[in-house]
Amino acid sequence: MVWRSDSDLREAEIYQRRLTRLTVFIVVVFGILFVRLWFLQIIHGYRYRTESENNRIHLRDVMPSRGLVFDRNGRLLVDNRPSFILGVMPENIRNLDSLLSDLSRLVDVDRSAAEEKIKHAATADPFRCVHLKKGLSRDELARVETHMVTMPGVSIEVKPQRHCIYGTLAAHLIGYLGEIDKGQLGKREYAGNKVGDFVGKCGIEKKWHKYLDGTRGGQQVEVDASGRILRVLYQKEAEPGANVYLTIDKDLQMVAEQSLKNRTGAIVAMSPKSGEILAAASSPTFNPNDFAKGMDKRVWQELITNRHFPLQNRVISGQYPPGSLFKIVVALAGLEEGIIDPNEKVFCGGSYTFQGREYRDWKEGGHGYVDLHRALVESCDVYFYKMGQRLGIDTIAKYAKNLGLGHTTGLQLGDEKQGLIPNRAWKLRRWHVPWQDGETLSVAVGQSFTLITPIQIARFVSALCNGGILYKPQATLWIGRNGKKDLFEFRPEAAETWDVAKKNMEFVKKGLYGVVNEPHGTGWRARLHNIAVAGKTGTSQVISLPEDRETGKEEDIPYKFRDHAWFVAIAPFEDPQIVVAVVVEHGGKGGAVAAPIAKALLEEYFKTKVLR
Amino acid sequence: MFDRRLIDNFDWILLAVLIVIGLLSVFNLYSATYTVRAFGGGQIVVRQICWYGIGFLILLLMTTFDYHMLNRVAYPLFFLSLVLLVAVLKMGKVAHGSQRWLSLGLFSVQPSEIVKISLVVILAKHFSEDERIGNYRLRDLVRPLLLTVIPFMLIVYQPDLGTALMLLIVSFSIIIFAHVNWKSIVIFVSAAVLSTPLLWLTLQGYQKKRIIAFLRPDLDPLGAAYHVTQSKIAIGSGLFWGKGFLKGTQTRLHFLPQQHTDFSFSVLAEEWGFVGSAVVLFLYLFLILWCINIARSSKDRFGTLLVIGVAASIFWHLTINVGMVTGLLPVVGIPLTLFSYGGSSVISTMAAMGLVMNVSMRRFMFQA
Repeated sequence: MVWRSDSDLREAEIYQRRLTRLTVFIVVVFGILFVRLWFLQIIHGYRYRTESENNRIHLRDVMPSRGLVFDRNGRLLVDNRPSFILGVMPENIRNLDSLLSDLSRLVDVDRSAAEEKIKHAATADPFRCVHLKKGLSRDELARVETHMVTMPGVSIEVKPQRHCIYGTLAAHLIGYLGEIDKGQLGKREYAGNKVGDFVGKCGIEKKWHKYLDGTRGGQQVEVDASGRILRVLYQKEAEPGANVYLTIDKDLQMVAEQSLKNRTGAIVAMSPKSGEILAAASSPTFNPNDFAKGMDKRVWQELITNRHFPLQNRVISGQYPPGSLFKIVVALAGLEEGIIDPNEKVFCGGSYTFQGREYRDWKEGGHGYVDLHRALVESCDVYFYKMGQRLGIDTIAKYAKNLGLGHTTGLQLGDEKQGLIPNRAWKLRRWHVPWQDGETLSVAVGQSFTLITPIQIARFVSALCNGGILYKPQATLWIGRNGKKDLFEFRPEAAETWDVAKKNMEFVKKGLYGVVNEPHGTGWRARLHNIAVAGKTGTSQVISLPEDRETGKEEDIPYKFRDHAWFVAIAPFEDPQIVVAVVVEHGGKGGAVAAPIAKALLEEYFKTKVLR
Repeated sequence: MFDRRLIDNFDWILLAVLIVIGLLSVFNLYSATYTVRAFGGGQIVVRQICWYGIGFLILLLMTTFDYHMLNRVAYPLFFLSLVLLVAVLKMGKVAHGSQRWLSLGLFSVQPSEIVKISLVVILAKHFSEDERIGNYRLRDLVRPLLLTVIPFMLIVYQPDLGTALMLLIVSFSIIIFAHVNWKSIVIFVSAAVLSTPLLWLTLQGYQKKRIIAFLRPDLDPLGAAYHVTQSKIAIGSGLFWGKGFLKGTQTRLHFLPQQHTDFSFSVLAEEWGFVGSAVVLFLYLFLILWCINIARSSKDRFGTLLVIGVAASIFWHLTINVGMVTGLLPVVGIPLTLFSYGGSSVISTMAAMGLVMNVSMRRFMFQA
């Protein structure tokens, strides 16, 4: 240092001393590092060299077993089965040709595709196992295992695969698995998942992901040059997923799905006192097992090009005109508003003239003199044309919405549609033309713009049964591990309550009883001899056809022009325990097609109820 | 404009050492990213070369002015870096769960790197202006400690515990070199020890895991302990001559995590053996001692302290990183300056080296 004064000189000395001490310190520390390197590389070098060459330590995931799905009575619906995957590690292959020859002798595998896959992997990451074939059969598995010693580089991986025991049963409700996508990976709920994991994509599998998924564990394993595991060094156990118990009854669900075979439509059965869903079927359907093993391209193409959209859950997203079911709404609205006098008789001669137009009744000759009760029992259109006209569209719409139609039910199991309850404001907004009074008549009998979903009408009818409580439909009974209901337990959730007089509800209910049990009731096909059933038929128009449609037979009309058939059932009438809603697309008349299906379900339900 | 003597006194040896380290770094990175070059690994080598290029330019730039000017801008510079630190907390890009970067359109800036330099400058200024030359008592250290603690807290909040601790260590190195008296050191150390439990509470989960992994590797076999095990295998298996360039099996197999950053030394050790790692270690030792030499021949306290600060930074980064990869210290995520990949680190280090060069060039100049 260059200093200029005496004090500076002293300072210089002090600083020199410090710098020297610092130098010593630094050299000592470096010495330690040098010694450490010597220790690792020279003294223990050969040990590490051996470890790096012959033995390698890998981190492996231990996948947790996914929670199982049961029905309400503890009958297993979905479990996990082992799936065997044939894998090859490119780095360990001695002779690719002979290996491929050997493999193609033992297993059915596309040789050229496999060769390409392996060659591609060899340049990118030779130490990553290439999957040649998934889902090996037991025979193939046995063959490969016995010959594995002579085929270095080949390995068998076992992965759990989701298995729906009954195939298509409750497919829409249960949902299917698929590879996790980017959007899901970012979310906190999927924090424990990695790329390539199979997670729920819809339905229950998706809704309860956080319980079903479990937590992955890990292992530190020592593998030799061929990739064979020598020993497990450390292990962290995986935590299995919790089991989900659904509210549906497997037998009831089976009857529902059987009824819809070869048809398009939906069935939902609900408990009116709690909102529990006892069965929910949508047809056409699909098989979740096709997804679990990795979707085949052909199967997928069929699914998405099918004109009837098998992946759509019609229970919650099928929107149809309610047809005569809507008369229940009009009846309640009319009674509440005082516009309908239950004793008032209206003459029905088969048609109703309004503003110069003729509105037909479905029965050609008409129903004669009918009061409200008879109008419900025989489903007289003319009566409701008149009453609908008196109420006006906005009043009707107001009641419909308050009673639970025209908005979603909150089931939270997928893409629920909210249906449509038209009113004047809506028509202006949507079509930019004012509401025509004649359209009110169509709405009163459930045609025109009105749309409902099966779950909505089921909930609506349930409220009628239970004194006016709109419950939130739920499909999960409880969730837990080892039989303990510790993660979730079902509790009825009341969303809203009707503001309707009890006596009006009772009156309408009696009308519904008559639909099934009184003479000329349109729902007689749902009658049971030992249980009192009430209900309502509905036939919703797909398209209004010219006059001669009425004379033609149903079978003569092309499928896509046939009406949708509705039926809602309540049983037992005195103390309702089950509500069933059935819609069969292009099924024709509600009484003819949908009512018998409802009856089949009620029979199944009460058969086992009595037995239990 | 330039005094002839400046150019005469240009420290060619310092420049040479830096160039050699730079070349080794690039070659090593090439090997570390060899297998992933198809996935963007190739970018890393190219970028590192660019950073070095820019770095050398900045280094030269830092020699053009008289370092005494820093004396005047020390506080404004420090204040600016604090502002940037706050800015990054509010508007910073989030990456890997922490906010460290400020995006300025064309390029990104890491304020914590700027703070490293401005803190050294300001501490050097503080201690050089004080009349005394040592024997500071605890209360004399209030200002330096305050100056240290503020950026420390801001960086911890990002969260970036590693960089924050390095800041602390470098700062203390300067303070201790400026010579505190023993009593204060004892009081301070005991206070630090006593506050360890408090510090423990503020640590994030993964940071706690790392320390536990160090003390009890069997408790976390899948995490940090695994990384260190792999690193030791890589280093140890290099033996004396190493496995050869691009032939490091642990590297090629991706057993080493963070091959291009934290564990880049392990890649070197595996491929070049004891010979290679000793040579690099020696290079760094030489660099640091050369800096000490510059400090020795600096003509004033300010220059000395500046250089000491920079040398301390390099020293501690190296010690902690090599200690970490050889299993002597817990994994703390400190990369090896100038050797690991890292743009802002290379540039800020070169800037700091520029200051050192600056001091070195002016050791024979008399101030007017």
